[in-house]
Amino acid sequence: MQINDLLNHTSEWLKGTGPNSDIVISSRIRLARNLNKIPFPHWADKGQLDEVVNTVSAAVAKVSLLKKSTLFELAKLDSIDKQFLVERHLMSIEHAQKTEHKAVLVSEEEIISVMINEEDHLRIQLMQSGFNLFEAWNIINAVDDDLAKLLDYAFLPDFGYLTACPTNTGTGMRGSVMLHLPALVMSRQIERVLAAIAKLSFTTRGLYGEGTQASGNFFQISNQVSLGHSENEIIENINGLIRQIIEQETQAREIMLSKSKEVLEDRINRSLGILKSARIITSQETIELLSMIRLGSDLGMIRGIDRRIINELFITTQPAHLQKLENKKLSSQDRDLKRAELIRNKLNLI
Amino acid sequence: MLCDICGKNPATVHLTEIIDEQMNELHLCEDCARNKSAAMEQQFGLSDLLAGMADFGKPSAAEKEEAVNAKCPACGLTYADFKKVGRLGCGECYNAFRGYLAPLLKRIHGSNQHIGKNPSKVKTSSRMYKKKTNLEDLRNQLQQAIQKEAFEEAARLRDMIKEIERKKES
Repeated sequence: MQINDLLNHTSEWLKGTGPNSDIVISSRIRLARNLNKIPFPHWADKGQLDEVVNTVSAAVAKVSLLKKSTLFELAKLDSIDKQFLVERHLMSIEHAQKTEHKAVLVSEEEIISVMINEEDHLRIQLMQSGFNLFEAWNIINAVDDDLAKLLDYAFLPDFGYLTACPTNTGTGMRGSVMLHLPALVMSRQIERVLAAIAKLSFTTRGLYGEGTQASGNFFQISNQVSLGHSENEIIENINGLIRQIIEQETQAREIMLSKSKEVLEDRINRSLGILKSARIITSQETIELLSMIRLGSDLGMIRGIDRRIINELFITTQPAHLQKLENKKLSSQDRDLKRAELIRNKLNLI
Repeated sequence: MLCDICGKNPATVHLTEIIDEQMNELHLCEDCARNKSAAMEQQFGLSDLLAGMADFGKPSAAEKEEAVNAKCPACGLTYADFKKVGRLGCGECYNAFRGYLAPLLKRIHGSNQHIGKNPSKVKTSSRMYKKKTNLEDLRNQLQQAIQKEAFEEAARLRDMIKEIERKKES
């Protein structure tokens, strides 16, 4: 597989299917793992980092679920390719910086990715469409079991999996759920919800993880605690919280429909109108408007636009995706033109 | 007095900023002060937070001194390095700094006892199983001996582990 092959392909998690997919975009589990007796990436020398890349890629080739995966050495990729992988959520923004002796492994269908030499030697992640953390855990757990037979993980019975940062020690697990909460934002209840989430020791982030702003009504919620609870307990805790947020968003949507249907319909259709006719559009405006038509589609106000097409547009309108589609470097102004053209073509076809 | 930032509202918050030894006094209105403190919080990263946490609960100066000088025998990272960068150097650091990390982990996670999956149990099906558990058991016994301060017993166990590991490698 080449990077360009990913371009014509929809990631599994964008399919817009799965439980509660009107509100939940995707569910993600990541496991932090390190190899025994080798310093963590920030403290390792170049030879040790290369040893990690070699050891991990050799092991991965023997794991059945990862057999058809592709390893990308980051130092060999140009900046657009790296950003492209970040936009597809296959690796973190941090991983794309200082790329010597780092790699990312991407499975077929882009379901599983393994970042090698990010903050930890391995960051195994799996994304699923919809509200599906347990299914994600079952698959990633099997992959981790297979890897554990081939790799000597840094582990202590009392502290669990040992990670570079003590905030990940224990299970090394972070479960995240990406939510689309336009009604809670519009009804100004979101602050209250986010404050409650923070009190329960969960974190909220934007579309692209740590340090990114929540935009276009998208919120990624994940556990902070990774030690002292089993993996199943951690997932059950996140699920409990997510179920409550889904309920609140559903209620907020119902209230908006009953009290201000016309205003909502107007806003959603204006958003669609702009997307169908704009000639110049920034990525920030795109995300905000797409969020509205996604809500319109979920509420049955807009017919004939598949959720999957909206989901895809969130990703294909990002800067690196536009440049890959055009196969050349584009200035910010050129991107705004091309972005508008891409959206018009997609939405006017329907 | 009006706010130094917006120049519109009366200044009710008085702030002294020290940047690179330059002292700077700011008189701000409530809104501008709030924005300013949000910006300051962003600069205050996770490593600062961890480093700060690592300091709590270690009151005596002698203990602090000892903590700063503690060094991981495997990778050479000192506890002072950890406090600076917020990252440990290798898996062995968790043993080397056990006394300081156990309370730190408890503050971060509310617990310092792992009850999730265990990679050695996964290996049940492999042929290496017996040898692995043996080594694992010895390591557990070693930990217990250290905790009980039974150092002779610990030294004996450590030598046994080293012997097994040496055989495995050769």
